Amino acid sequence: MANEQNTRQMVTIDGNEAAAYVAHKTNECIAIYPITPSSNMGEWCDQWSSEGKKNIWGTVPAVAELQSEGGAVGAVHGALQTGSLTTTFTASQGLLLMIPNMLKIAGELTSTVFHVSARAIATQTLSIFGDHSDVMAVRTTGFGLLASNSVQEVMDLALISQAATLESRVPFVHFFDGFRTSHEVMKIEQLSVDDIRAMIDDDLVNEHRKRALTPEKPVIRGTAQNPDTYFQARESCSIFYEKCPDIVQNAMDKFAKIVGRQYHLFDYVGAPEAERVIVLMGSGAEAVDETVEALLAKGEKIGVVKVHLFRPFSVKHFINALPKSVKSISVLDRTKEPGAAGEPMYQDVLTALMEAQMEGTLPFAMPRVVSGRYGLSSKEFTPAMIKAIYDELKKSTPKNHFTIGINDDVMHSSLSYDASFTTERPDVVRAMFYGLGADGTVGANKNSIKIIGEDTPNYAQGYFVYDSKKSGSTTISHLRFGPRPIHSTYLISQANFVACHMWGFLEKFDILKDSIEGGVFLLNSPYSKDEVWGKLPRIVQERIINKKLKFYTIDGNDVAQKTGMGGRVNTIMQTCFFAISGVLPKEEAIAAIKQSIKKTYGRKGEDIVKMNYDAVDQTLVNLFPVEIPVKATSTFELPPPVPKQAPEFVQNVTAKIIAGFGDELPVSAMPNDGTFPSATAQWEKRNIALEIPVWDEKTCIQCGKCAMVCPHATIRIKVFEDKQLAGAPATFKSTPYRGKEYEGMKYTIQVAPEDCTGCGLCVEICPAKNKAETRLKAINMVPQADLRLPERANWDFFLAIPEVDRSSVKMDTIKGQFLQPLFEFSGACSGCGETPYVKLVTQLFGDRTIVANATGCSSIYGGNLPTTPWAMDANGRGPAWANSLFEDNAEFGLGFRMSIDKQTEYAGELLKGMASSIGEELVKGLLTADQSDETKIAEQRKRVAALKDKLAGVTTREAKNLLALVDNFVKRSVWIIGGDGWAYDIGYGGLDHVIASGKNVNILVLDTEVYSNTGGQMSKSTPRGAVAKFAAGGKPNGKKDLGLIAMSYGSVYVARVAMGANDLHTLKTFLEAEAFNGPSLIIAYSHCIAHGINMTTGMENQKAAVESGHYPLFRYNPELAAVGQNPFKLDSKAPKIRFEEYAYKEIRYKMLTKSAPEEAKRLLALAQEDVNSKWRYYEQLAALKFEAPATN
Amino acid sequence: MDLSTTYLGLTLKNPIVPSASPMSRTVASIKSMEDFGASAVVLYSLFEEQIRHETKELNHFLDYGSESFAEAVSYFPDHKEYYLGPEEYLEHIRKVKAAVSIPVIASLNGSTVGGWTEHAARIQEAGADALELNIYYIPTNPDTTGGYVEQLYLEILQAVKSKVTIPVAVKLSPFFSSLANMAKRLDENGANGLVLFNRFYQPDINLEALEVEPSVVLSSSDALRLPLRWVAILHKNIKADLAATTGIHTAEDVIKITMAGASVAQVCSTLLRYGPKRIAEILNGIEQWMEEHEYESLTQMRGSMSHKSVANPSAFERANYMKALNSYM
Repeated sequence: MANEQNTRQMVTIDGNEAAAYVAHKTNECIAIYPITPSSNMGEWCDQWSSEGKKNIWGTVPAVAELQSEGGAVGAVHGALQTGSLTTTFTASQGLLLMIPNMLKIAGELTSTVFHVSARAIATQTLSIFGDHSDVMAVRTTGFGLLASNSVQEVMDLALISQAATLESRVPFVHFFDGFRTSHEVMKIEQLSVDDIRAMIDDDLVNEHRKRALTPEKPVIRGTAQNPDTYFQARESCSIFYEKCPDIVQNAMDKFAKIVGRQYHLFDYVGAPEAERVIVLMGSGAEAVDETVEALLAKGEKIGVVKVHLFRPFSVKHFINALPKSVKSISVLDRTKEPGAAGEPMYQDVLTALMEAQMEGTLPFAMPRVVSGRYGLSSKEFTPAMIKAIYDELKKSTPKNHFTIGINDDVMHSSLSYDASFTTERPDVVRAMFYGLGADGTVGANKNSIKIIGEDTPNYAQGYFVYDSKKSGSTTISHLRFGPRPIHSTYLISQANFVACHMWGFLEKFDILKDSIEGGVFLLNSPYSKDEVWGKLPRIVQERIINKKLKFYTIDGNDVAQKTGMGGRVNTIMQTCFFAISGVLPKEEAIAAIKQSIKKTYGRKGEDIVKMNYDAVDQTLVNLFPVEIPVKATSTFELPPPVPKQAPEFVQNVTAKIIAGFGDELPVSAMPNDGTFPSATAQWEKRNIALEIPVWDEKTCIQCGKCAMVCPHATIRIKVFEDKQLAGAPATFKSTPYRGKEYEGMKYTIQVAPEDCTGCGLCVEICPAKNKAETRLKAINMVPQADLRLPERANWDFFLAIPEVDRSSVKMDTIKGQFLQPLFEFSGACSGCGETPYVKLVTQLFGDRTIVANATGCSSIYGGNLPTTPWAMDANGRGPAWANSLFEDNAEFGLGFRMSIDKQTEYAGELLKGMASSIGEELVKGLLTADQSDETKIAEQRKRVAALKDKLAGVTTREAKNLLALVDNFVKRSVWIIGGDGWAYDIGYGGLDHVIASGKNVNILVLDTEVYSNTGGQMSKSTPRGAVAKFAAGGKPNGKKDLGLIAMSYGSVYVARVAMGANDLHTLKTFLEAEAFNGPSLIIAYSHCIAHGINMTTGMENQKAAVESGHYPLFRYNPELAAVGQNPFKLDSKAPKIRFEEYAYKEIRYKMLTKSAPEEAKRLLALAQEDVNSKWRYYEQLAALKFEAPATN
Repeated sequence: MDLSTTYLGLTLKNPIVPSASPMSRTVASIKSMEDFGASAVVLYSLFEEQIRHETKELNHFLDYGSESFAEAVSYFPDHKEYYLGPEEYLEHIRKVKAAVSIPVIASLNGSTVGGWTEHAARIQEAGADALELNIYYIPTNPDTTGGYVEQLYLEILQAVKSKVTIPVAVKLSPFFSSLANMAKRLDENGANGLVLFNRFYQPDINLEALEVEPSVVLSSSDALRLPLRWVAILHKNIKADLAATTGIHTAEDVIKITMAGASVAQVCSTLLRYGPKRIAEILNGIEQWMEEHEYESLTQMRGSMSHKSVANPSAFERANYMKALNSYM
């Protein structure tokens, strides 16, 4: 938030910040829960309140994070009922969870505005991106729905809706498009505090207070009513809805008088005599506006109605907004309502027109109205598509219920369009930047926008596209600068400037496809200006020549290394952009960058400022133009995105998504029920590691720890017969196996060079040291580039060696890491602390596992397209995986168990009935099989196979029904996996119920002690003193002891593990938990990027957490109580380091000593006391004497 | 009996000054040392590396992983202000000054010339009576010359002296080709005192882990010999006051070093071993010894056994080495 000012000023902010600014200024209570893409609104408010920023009444709003959106809206309802101005922020599933309370809040005619960054809802798949599916799902709640179409509108309409709700008593959802508007950075005019005060009527605020519950004037609300009165009572609100549109329009008019920007419920833009009109709302309206302007210049008779107030829908205002000349209308909905007569806004428009027509009040002939769907999940919506819609409306029978922007080859609903049509203006600079997630490109671009937006009269827009990986991800920044406000709410495809900040992208993407002729290309290259041309792929050379590009190069990484910037080339590439793009005069630009560096980094210390200054200066002397030859000479063609041997679906669909051509996939290519093949991550060779581990077989002690901790399953171990080495590549390594089990066999540790992320956890954990040079271990990091080809051959050879027979492996040893992981090469953060646990589940039980996965990091790295790390073995068996929702995961998994148990029971019944024909011995074997180890499970599989043979060809109903169920005879392992946000907060109620059920499910809580996936918000697992979002001043209270709560049932297997502290304990716990015939809960300490740690040493952090007593390891096994032993075993030793020694290895704790030193000391002392008292309590628990239950 | 002394222009009631150590981390501990008779205190060191490291660490990890994934464009709240400088240390100085009446000597530890020398001015503002500049530089690069290292010491001293008006003592290592010359040049460049010597914590090798580990070993009286020799040699050769540190455990040690010419005796290991009450024990021991040997003041004995004053100055020179070896034969 810029400074408190009574004059308006230009700011460059995104939509979330714009909404939060007004919300924070006009509310007293704010209850929130993080959900993408709305989380930032709550985070801003929390931060501003923690900084003591006040609302327009001079008091600091109270901000509270709840355990779910359902909880947040409950708190909102309560705060409203007791008279506070209250708001919340949410999106998607979050909004859906609020529906029951929204109906109450509206039913009680309560003034409030919920700010929603509209997002797709989870159906056949989850999507975090923007459309109106969520907003349309709350049409029936009675909330007003007010749409903002741009960042400026977000700020303006946030205020207008606040004013209107106070007057109308109709609560509002004020919404704007997720990502496109919520995350688009734009230069806008910020409303002054005086503007806001002028719009908010204190008398109305006091009216709101008067309606509050108070014992001084007691009333009751929330009664139950009977058939005699409910209906009438329901109708009593109608008058408020009748008046509401005029109240909103009046507020808009008042706003126009104060601020100067005039809005209407339905804003019409276009020719006064337009014949073809598009009706829509949201960010797409901006693109239509821009297209209309361009087409009007060509004499087209068109216009657009930009809808702001969708609910209550004012027929009067809508019809008045339409030009009388209108002949055809296309109503565009950014949602899909399967089975409906038409999408929601189309239906409203039709109803409005038909009613007016029937009543004879329609001031023009009934136009032809067609419906279209566009832009689901932030699908691009461009002027080319918009023109196609206007063109369609010219037809005598335009297509109805069309789609635009996709190729619907199934229902043939889609309109085709000429993608080359553009409305980009010549006075707008359009720049694209390809960055690596970790290199700071996006941050630098946001900074550039601020420089241009705030230091020059130019308007600026920035939009950022991220891929779905958490490590080695690609970011593409789209920046526009120009003298007029920018309405281009779509990606750049006509770039004057393209920068590639990472050399490796050249072989992955056609970087220059969007360059215009004569544009500028900037490349961060490890090669000199004289060498670089020869190293370029052919497509890049051709594009540079054909498009007559100016080509500049810099070795940004070298400059970064030399100036202490490490891996972050942000400041360097930003300086290049300003030096060669011509957006600002060079000297002025450099001065502005330096000023901005001072502003951004000043509070982080002089050294950091100086380092960045150095980087700027060094950039200028290391940036060179490249002389361009007349002919392309390169023979290097872009490699195919997946290898030729990949399966058909991967070739046809996955490969296109990987290559960035997912938009081109037709409807028919997509699975229609959201079912995708597993084991696909193996085909996506990402090559993101700069260094990979290399095995030294002579130093290796064959302990297996490296494979155990590898988060990406890129270190594999096999033992095999000597003869398997026939035909091995020259550099393939093996050594005799050390140990009795596989005496005489060979042992190999092999790294997957193109899948490894280079995290280094394996090297850190390796206990063996080279005797001659102790800096070397049995596995060492070596630059990947030269190893890529030979190690690829070695990897392929290694994969072809048969897996070790599961029955022969000693499961309860780390050395036994031969078990094939069926979770591999995920897009999780490099060095992730969660995935080693997930992988372990698949190694131990993968071929009979079914996974219910809560939404969060694990569902994203587990199930976000294009590929999945969930894999299968040579028999085609592996974990079956599904994600339902965030909140319901425990119940979802319980459903698996119920269903499997029922089917097994029914199959047993059928089997018994057919015993005589199948054979008593086989039946008995199947029904009473002991499946407690791999050998016995293998035997059961043989029986199942035998049964299948017997049933084959039998045509009785029973036989067919049995055949469909026989696989259930092999013991199924149900795993319920999720993070602490799920287990401690939003899903806790369900988790509690499921562990109380007594059913045989295994619950794995990946405890990062924070909401990792949404960017580090506090959960109830967050420890005292740690800084997180919503705990900016350090979490004031202690971590919830989920294990202790679960133990209170006495019937639940409960354990706390930390692989980095005791890997064997982790392994044994997983085996015990799975073997326990009842509910098991494993709480697994997972180091996380959100802890502010060096991920390479994550296992060390885990160890410190345990050694300090913060995370004591234990197991609680109810089976022990049954035999007279204490079920609680404290598995870690008494704390041997102070809490501080663990905590201050992590920035999440340490930063508080830098931001609030006194509070840090206070919380540290309390946290140490937490540790001490918890340990004393555990010790006493562990010392309890148990007696065997009396037997009769 | 007059135990008083002057050091860095400060009049001290006796020569026992606890040196920079963890003993000065809390006000209570300093108060206790004062109560047991400490005449001044050197605070624990503010480390250049620590400030630099923490700044970089914070900057790195607050940005680490940010702006690379759509759902988590950052992982931490963005605090508007960070206390990255020596605020905590300055606050400590202020608190100590308010709590005790003995002079407080701050300690600044660094090995480069740079922005961190600005901290000296803030230390003065915070109320420190004097500053001990601890220059801790291990030249590992074979291309680094002795001349370069000496120049570095002088530049750091000049930089700090230009920022403050309070007295500045330099704590240095004995590893110079010509220590006497180095001492003279530091003296000429404004050092108000020299503290002999910096006790480098020498690393050790952990044979099980095959790792080099820092290892803190408390000193014994034997370690006094090195400062004893150099205090004796430098006494009256330079203007700067001399403080001896390392190896001072007993009253006898204090008396020896005073006789060699030291103005103050800085103590550490013995306090860590026996607690602050050890100061009173040493002071009593000194008084007792002086009484027995009929000394009236420490001033009387100061420098009485220095290189300039002893009958056989060669005892402090190479001949000393020959003699020592012969004594084993």
